[in-house]
Amino acid sequence: MSGRHIIIGAGQAGAQAAQSMRQAGFDGEIVMFGAEKEPPYQRPPLSKAYMQGELDKDRLLLRPLNFYDQQKIDLRIGVQVSAIDRAAKTVATSEGETLSYEKLLIATGAPPRRLTCQGAELAGVHYLRTVADSDALRPILSAGGRIVIVGAGYIGLEVAASARKAGLEVTVLEMADRVLARVAGKDISAFYENLHRAHGVDLRLGAALDHFEGASRVETAVLKSGERIACKAVLVGVGAAPATSLAEAADLRIANGVWTDEHARTSDPSIFAAGDCASHPSKIYDRRLRLESVPNAIEQAKVAGANMAGQNAVYDAVPWFWSDQYDVKLQTVGVSEGADEMVLRGDAAAKKFSVWYMQRGRLLAVDAVNDPASFAISKRLIGRTGIDAKRLADPETDLKSLAS
Amino acid sequence: MPKITYIEHNGNEHVVEAETGISVMEAAVKNMVPGIDADCGGACACATCHVYVDPAWAGKVGKPEAMEESMLDFAHEPKENSRLSCQISVKKELDGLVVRLPEFQG
Repeated sequence: MSGRHIIIGAGQAGAQAAQSMRQAGFDGEIVMFGAEKEPPYQRPPLSKAYMQGELDKDRLLLRPLNFYDQQKIDLRIGVQVSAIDRAAKTVATSEGETLSYEKLLIATGAPPRRLTCQGAELAGVHYLRTVADSDALRPILSAGGRIVIVGAGYIGLEVAASARKAGLEVTVLEMADRVLARVAGKDISAFYENLHRAHGVDLRLGAALDHFEGASRVETAVLKSGERIACKAVLVGVGAAPATSLAEAADLRIANGVWTDEHARTSDPSIFAAGDCASHPSKIYDRRLRLESVPNAIEQAKVAGANMAGQNAVYDAVPWFWSDQYDVKLQTVGVSEGADEMVLRGDAAAKKFSVWYMQRGRLLAVDAVNDPASFAISKRLIGRTGIDAKRLADPETDLKSLAS
Repeated sequence: MPKITYIEHNGNEHVVEAETGISVMEAAVKNMVPGIDADCGGACACATCHVYVDPAWAGKVGKPEAMEESMLDFAHEPKENSRLSCQISVKKELDGLVVRLPEFQG
């Protein structure tokens, strides 16, 4: 198989797809474009060990630099693709080049949603997606004073934990009546609210931000209630939006991100998409999903890479995710949206428990807190019907017996 | 720098110089040793960096803690000497370490 394959995006999905393509026997040219001036690196440590200064930058790299030379992957960092011409099968770049492709992968990710309120453009208002963002936040952790965090999703809560660890005062503003409202059930929300408050976080639920004030830098966050909170810096974590502008301009089908089928193929047979930017059909959940997680990026990219090399793989991996805050590891399997029954197993007060989400008796998802045994077994149980809630809640039940 | 030998399932050997302080997994990825996937980047959240520690080194490497032990349960063909290589820190005492890789990861 020859021809040139182009990958737009040098992140988790882009790097994996390039590797998977080679592993599947593709030996033609591979060119990978990345807007950031960094080789492919992992993002999870950016809100944790890397921000805290405990991990050197080179340990973030997904593959050593010589991997790309060795695999004959032409890595063009700091170069953006400005347009896709589907008819001509070419891409145009920010360097003024035009390159033709045999197959194309869109792996452009999902940058953070930006606030547009008054004062949102003040210096000191931060977002967190890139290594540069994390580098900009690190000095704030040791500068003392208060940081206001807008949004109690995973980004907001992980940064809150890192900030508290560094001794910073932290106020978290969450519009909803509980934290992690989009992704977790009430038991998990309550656990994390208690956890953060126990670590001294000033957590405000049902609190809406109105605007920021400051001379040259942000100095005050003003809530819709009128309350004023003095701060040295702000971190905004209010969600991410898939980067679909290239796909849209090229008239590819868009549906909560770049639309793909179960083979990671877009509405154009020569173009694939993977990772945060792409939606895919889920057999397990019988609906279209777009997942923002490392495992999704990896698994979908493996399928895209293999299929760009001529195979016919199907993306149907069980979704999973993890979050580290303080001494607590949350491991999540599946997607809990739509659950009509939740079973708690273990001891929330002892910080070791799991919540099992069912819908009409069918296991949708499991959130495991410091409970890797539940996490590990639940990967095999997602989708199972007829799970006995009583047996599940009983600490004497051996989970492995549920898998038989 | 401590030397680590990774023996693939097919018998291919890779001898790597690993700096102290990184994990045995990172040393493998850095030196492009095939057969260690490290999907979660070393966060002890998967089981794709699974290795079998050579019995002569089991004592020096030590046993896994609870979190790792649970993840190992679901690695491909776990054995008595299984470890997640992201949880083994490279130290001077491990100079000469030998690990074998499973047939598959995950």
